[in-house]
Amino acid sequence: MKWIQRLGLDAVLLPLVGVFMCLIVWSGISGKSVTTKTKDDWGDVVTTTKRTGISADLPGPMETWEKSRSYILNPLAKRGELDQGILRFTWLSLTLVVQGYLIALVVGTPLGFCLGLSKTFGKMFDPIFQILRPVSPLAWLPLGMVLFLSAKIQVPGFGAYTASELAAVFTIAICSMWPTVLNTAVGVRAIPQDYLNVAKVLKLSPAKTLVKVLIPATLPYMFTGFRLSLGIAWLVIVAAEMLTGRPGVGGFLWQQYNALSYSHIILCILTIGVVGYALDRLMSFIESRLRAA
Amino acid sequence: MSTQSYLELWKLTKSYPSPKGEAVIVKDIDLRLKQGEFVTVIGHSGCGKSTVLMMVAGLTSITSGGIILAGKELDGPGPDRGIVFQSPSLLPWMTAFENVMLGVDQVFYTADRVEREQIAEYYLTLVGLGDAMHKRPGELSQGMRQRVGIARAFALAPKMLLLDEPFGMLDSLTKYELQEVLLQLWRREKTTAMMVTHDVDEALFLSDRIVCMTDGPEAGIGDIIEVPFERPRNRLEVMEHPEYYPLRERLIEFLEVHAHRKAPTVVPETAPAISKAKEKVEPELVS
Ligand SMILES: Nc1ncnc2c1ncn2[C@@H]1O[C@H](COP(=O)(O)OP(=O)(O)OP(=O)(O)O)[C@@H](O)[C@H]1O
Ligand SMILES: [Mg+2]
Repeated sequence: MKWIQRLGLDAVLLPLVGVFMCLIVWSGISGKSVTTKTKDDWGDVVTTTKRTGISADLPGPMETWEKSRSYILNPLAKRGELDQGILRFTWLSLTLVVQGYLIALVVGTPLGFCLGLSKTFGKMFDPIFQILRPVSPLAWLPLGMVLFLSAKIQVPGFGAYTASELAAVFTIAICSMWPTVLNTAVGVRAIPQDYLNVAKVLKLSPAKTLVKVLIPATLPYMFTGFRLSLGIAWLVIVAAEMLTGRPGVGGFLWQQYNALSYSHIILCILTIGVVGYALDRLMSFIESRLRAA
Repeated sequence: MSTQSYLELWKLTKSYPSPKGEAVIVKDIDLRLKQGEFVTVIGHSGCGKSTVLMMVAGLTSITSGGIILAGKELDGPGPDRGIVFQSPSLLPWMTAFENVMLGVDQVFYTADRVEREQIAEYYLTLVGLGDAMHKRPGELSQGMRQRVGIARAFALAPKMLLLDEPFGMLDSLTKYELQEVLLQLWRREKTTAMMVTHDVDEALFLSDRIVCMTDGPEAGIGDIIEVPFERPRNRLEVMEHPEYYPLRERLIEFLEVHAHRKAPTVVPETAPAISKAKEKVEPELVS
């Protein structure tokens, strides 16, 4: 193993080994189509195709690739609303997630500051936050629908929003808000007394205290919250698109399940995973940049 | 306002509520500082020195009594008192210069930007940070950070300087250097100063008077010692002064009396033997 480490190959090689092992397990439990030709009682040849295997209907790796390649190799194709290249779907999902996520940040960060700064505010709202936090997106979405049922919102530059889109954005926002709220609050409470004393001694105005002391001191915690929130916002996308029937990775997944194209479900899962990972890396990168600055 | 007392602590008392009733930390502290005077407070750890200083700073509430600075009763913290703590408490996301500017902007808000920048640069240069003023605290040594802290305090043009063991975390060489820096700035600015320290030599070198606090609870002022050395002071001259060792003895004796007053019997007779045994064991542990 030493020589692998010396060549710096372990960073590439070991993950590949891991992936390979997973593929083997996947192949092992997935089903195959088996075509058999039999002669029936009248002497005619009858071909029957049957799926066999531990999980007979689960497509194996090769089958998944065969069925998905057109989506991956033509990632920007648009053949219909619910038949588009995988990058197009990803893009559609991302735009929705970003909208909800930004709302979560804009609402969640000030809430976190209030929660961290004011004991009264904390006592008033902390129980509510704790109760709303574990509620699943599947539960929020119907409420969102009800909330925006009669709303027709025209946003300049974005066009009109339908009730289901608004419900989806609402769900993403409210589900992904909590890590930002709670981490910001923890960060505010963790500000060393020394820094607060500086603000007190210099008699900084509340606004200046916020900008010069509170926000910079809380920033690392805030960013941890932002990163976790983005993860959740992306996690919610499937639920939001599934229930609203909106085109996107999650919508496609659900539609393909109903159409019995199981390979595409796996394609969607992998896409969601890869995009989620990429988003997390991106946030870490921004975070480290910010810390170095 | 008489020049006789620029800062006046009047029956200053601090107590915290505790399960066993009020825990009185310091009680009835009466102290007067003349304008431009340098007074040091010494006493045992935990007797309440910092508490007194924090009350003057306005960062700890006063239980009873009062503090009058320049003829006005103090109420809460403010930039008229420059504070240097043991840890420099600089904001790590700002450069040394920006840290100083934060205060200067608050105090000299009527001056224009260039003037304010000059003030910050001036004090940072005086403490010897002319070249390093645009570095962040993380890039500075402990001693340099404390220099920034001193510059920040003086740059406010404060009525008073409050120093709580400002050199406590520094090695002795840096400590000597910074004592000189502090003394120079203090002479130049003629700021009234109140300092807390554990270091008897530091107290003798810097102060006009040394206030010895008795041990808590209900700590008070036990003794006040006038330091007769002429200014400007030079460390060697001070140490060779015929009064130096007698005063030093007196301070140490004061501290020792208060150390033994409480628990003279705690030190067991066999203590030296144990420590000798330890000394013998140590080489074995090393090898
Ligand atoms: N918030 C508080 N609540 C209760 N007791 C406190 C509080 N703050 C300080 N004390 C007590 O007040 C006493 C004096 O503390 P203080 O920090 O003033 O001592 P000190 O003389 O500065 O000690 P040192 O030399 O170690 O810095 C201590 O016994 C401490 O336990
Ligand atoms: Mg102290």
